[in-house]
Amino acid sequence: MIPSDVKQQLIGIVGEKWYLDSSNDLYSYSFDATPIYQSMPDAVIIPETVEQVAAILKLANEHKIPIVTRGSGTNLAGGTIPIKGGIVLKMTRFNQIYEIDQQNLTATMGPGVITADLHHAVESVGLFYPPDPGSMRISTVGGNMALCAGGMRGLKYGVTKDYIMGLQYVLPSGEILRSGGKAVKDVAGYDMTRLMVGSEGTLGVITEMTVKLLPLPETKRTLIAFYKNLVDAARTVEKVITSKIIPATIEFLDQGTMKVVDDFAKLGLPTDMKSMLLIEQDGPEELVLRDIEKIAEIAQQEGAAQIEMAKTMEEGAKLLSARRAALSALSRLRPTTILEDATVPRSKLAEMVTEIERIAEKYQVQICTFGHAGDGNLHPTCMTDERNQEEIQRVEQAFDEIFHTAIRLGGTITGEHGVGLAKMNYLPLKVGDGGLELMKRIKEAFDPHHIMNPGKMFPSQGRRRLVVKSS
Amino acid sequence: MKTKQNQQPACETTGGIKTKNHLLEKFDMDEIMNCMHCGFCLPSCPTYRQTGLEAYSPRGRIALMKGIAKEQLALDEEFEKNMYACLGCRSCETACPAGVPYGSLLETAREVIEENKKAKQKSSWIRRLIFKQLFSHPRRMDALGMALWAVQATGLQTLANKWGLIHVLPREMAEMQAAVDQVASPAKRRKRKKVMPAEGEKALTVGLFTGCMMDVMFYETNQATAQLLTKVGCEVVFIENQTCCGALHAHAGEKQDAIELAKRNIAAFEEINVDFIVNNAGGCGAALKEYHHWFLDEPEWLERAKKFVSKTRDVNELLFELPPLSFSKTIHARVTYQDSCHLAHGQGIRNQPRKLIQSIPGVEYIEMQSADSCCGSAGIYNITNFDLSMQILDDKMKQVKDTKAQMIVTSNPGCLLQMKKGIIRAGLQDQMEALHLMDLLQRAL
Ligand SMILES: Cc1cc2nc3c(=O)[nH]c(=O)nc-3n(C[C@H](O)[C@H](O)[C@H](O)COP(=O)(O)OP(=O)(O)OC[C@H]3O[C@@H](n4cnc5c(N)ncnc54)[C@H](O)[C@@H]3O)c2cc1C
Ligand code: SF4
Ligand code: SF4
Repeated sequence: MIPSDVKQQLIGIVGEKWYLDSSNDLYSYSFDATPIYQSMPDAVIIPETVEQVAAILKLANEHKIPIVTRGSGTNLAGGTIPIKGGIVLKMTRFNQIYEIDQQNLTATMGPGVITADLHHAVESVGLFYPPDPGSMRISTVGGNMALCAGGMRGLKYGVTKDYIMGLQYVLPSGEILRSGGKAVKDVAGYDMTRLMVGSEGTLGVITEMTVKLLPLPETKRTLIAFYKNLVDAARTVEKVITSKIIPATIEFLDQGTMKVVDDFAKLGLPTDMKSMLLIEQDGPEELVLRDIEKIAEIAQQEGAAQIEMAKTMEEGAKLLSARRAALSALSRLRPTTILEDATVPRSKLAEMVTEIERIAEKYQVQICTFGHAGDGNLHPTCMTDERNQEEIQRVEQAFDEIFHTAIRLGGTITGEHGVGLAKMNYLPLKVGDGGLELMKRIKEAFDPHHIMNPGKMFPSQGRRRLVVKSS
Repeated sequence: MKTKQNQQPACETTGGIKTKNHLLEKFDMDEIMNCMHCGFCLPSCPTYRQTGLEAYSPRGRIALMKGIAKEQLALDEEFEKNMYACLGCRSCETACPAGVPYGSLLETAREVIEENKKAKQKSSWIRRLIFKQLFSHPRRMDALGMALWAVQATGLQTLANKWGLIHVLPREMAEMQAAVDQVASPAKRRKRKKVMPAEGEKALTVGLFTGCMMDVMFYETNQATAQLLTKVGCEVVFIENQTCCGALHAHAGEKQDAIELAKRNIAAFEEINVDFIVNNAGGCGAALKEYHHWFLDEPEWLERAKKFVSKTRDVNELLFELPPLSFSKTIHARVTYQDSCHLAHGQGIRNQPRKLIQSIPGVEYIEMQSADSCCGSAGIYNITNFDLSMQILDDKMKQVKDTKAQMIVTSNPGCLLQMKKGIIRAGLQDQMEALHLMDLLQRAL
């Protein structure tokens, strides 16, 4: 509950229109794209300026009111569920691109800018911002930054952290700070920019970001290869990389995923195949052609049953956007769709894919797998029904085993979706007790009263559970 | 899929309001659960784009329905306001990879709201007037047409404009009034021939679905549609006992009335054996094509509805498939097209109208940005949610203006009226006209 005098002060800061606390408004910010989790906030505030953010944080800090910063609420880790109530601080009014600096190759903007809008803006002047999470048409750059979002171009171009150069952020105390900037080289002190990236709203609120841009690649080509089993596809990926070719994108889809994607996008895929790879290379025409031919050759050698080349760039773009819809399309199959993000080193891809198949069989659960094969980032997705307790238990056991397998193969529990609520109890598995302790001390330095996204990231007491239902 | 599981116990009180379980059972929980909250639909939603608020987005609205169905939220005025702030344009359905049938979820939500209000005797007189008295009775619709015609014919409209009487009307009505075309005289409408023979060899017999609003406000467009069909070998029959399609009723939660109208139409078109039942209003057509979803509990009517649906076509579909029209005139104009939401998102008809426009000699076709995004007309939305509707329209007009087109063509009466209004609001009367595709095609004959 927010005391009424505090409420009046908050309204004083942002104005009546931007302070929401009706039952319908609260309910509509009680969830994000993560299945099952839900919890009601006490208020939703939509600020417009950094000064407003600072004033809100200061007040919340005094009264120990939780702050859950929110972009578009598309994260898959329960990161924006107000599990302890408090204020949902919605950053979508920070949606202006302030500058595209063509000399320094940077763009500076508010965190509420939609990722795809940034793409359009920079591409219209021949520049390129590579991070492209599947949700880019609606996700905010602030959300991307706070989760260090990856995407389909991660293989060649890296992920969000590789592009964030400078930040302005607000601490719970109300202090407004800056880190980094437009200078490419900067070793003045600890790298606070890198620390804020992926901090999941647990340290402070980002209010401005400067990102690095690249020249827009001249052209691109897309190739699809279909396989009669899973392992041949995984081996093709390993082989392509060992041949020292780094395509922009290598995406993997299994049969179940191919079917639902085809249903939605009407691509006419041969859905009797067991798996497919979607490979894209960009760059100067000559090099792209050479690489794509070489990749086709490797796919052939590794047993691809059918190989096709997209005729135009538009056709390639259509294939990629169909792939982006994979998760949502899968959710059609059963009422609840739980997607995971276990990631292994590239060389272990074939082994991981085989293990996931075995585990699904063992626990008798329906798992479809797709993902960014090129960087070992798989999305085993389980179609289930949250209303069936017994089945949900088996799902938990299956994912538990998948996480352990990923770690055993030298990988991690989450490649790009973050820890949030969904994976907090698995964090020690990856970072160890010492790592966890250090992280907690860092958190303490930023947020001594634990108002920033409380109840996330750090394990709660009790057993590891994938599915926690709160009221 | 109509299984209903996991409903909470009946007759619980939430937020002080008593709700009855049987009403909430109408919600299709499986379809609601199929929404995985991915947010892919948000950028395509005009009301979300305007407000940036989750409760004004498809994802938020579906969540609210879930809250109501699970009795976590009260079936109150706030929920009602949120459900009626939706345009029902179904653009979110096109965007949704999970195939969530948003349109039918919305209809159910509104039905639940209205049933609940009826149980409490709270339905407003305006609604009763519109849905029970006007749209359900073709003759009353006629009377409205007569009144409109009388106002126009006697020059009262100009007088009213001159004397500023128009300002006495509610703002909503006044703006609409300004956009209404010359209505055909009642005598003229009565004189319509019941059958228009095919020109040349007869290939098909089609029944024209005249629609209620369409036939009153856009009588000439119906005549043009019939004429075009006769040119490509159709004998066109005007079936007398047909009535309003029921779409507006269904969208407004008056499902029982919608079903009654559907029955009348099904029976009327059974009287004469036609190959196709053709309509020229995207909004009506989408409803006509969904009649079979309305009779899941009535097997006999379900069969009859399926037959009706199998014969139903939008005129664009049919003209596109039949031999091409032969034109004798050239139209030198730059033309753009505004999709009707229920034609594009509801029926998947996008390509055919565009190709038909391009087939006219002399026409320079230009595609508009976001042509398939709702214009804000949405049935009676522009009356019930005037301000938001006008914001959406004004944004649309910026894109219309960018095309520098001289004609903006639509395929649904509601959109046509809204575009006419948009032209006035944007002050483009001297540069641009809005017209129905059938009227444009007829001009070139
Ligand atoms: C269909 C689908 C596909 C997806 N594909 C991908 C993918 O390919 N790669 C990938 O990495 N992710 C993917 N995601 C996950 C998600 O879209 C991304 O994590 C995205 O970055 C979230 O952005 P958002 O604006 O929705 O952030 P939100 O979900 O609103 O917030 C995410 C986190 O960021 C914090 N946060 C938001 N804004 C700020 C701010 N200004 N300051 C501080 N903290 C802030 C929040 O507190 C929260 O912890 C996908 C999701 C869906 C539904
Ligand atoms: S309606 Fe479809 S697109 Fe929208 S949030 Fe739900 S699943 Fe995603
Ligand atoms: S029908 Fe239109 S207005 Fe309503 S939620 Fe869907 S896209 Fe938005």
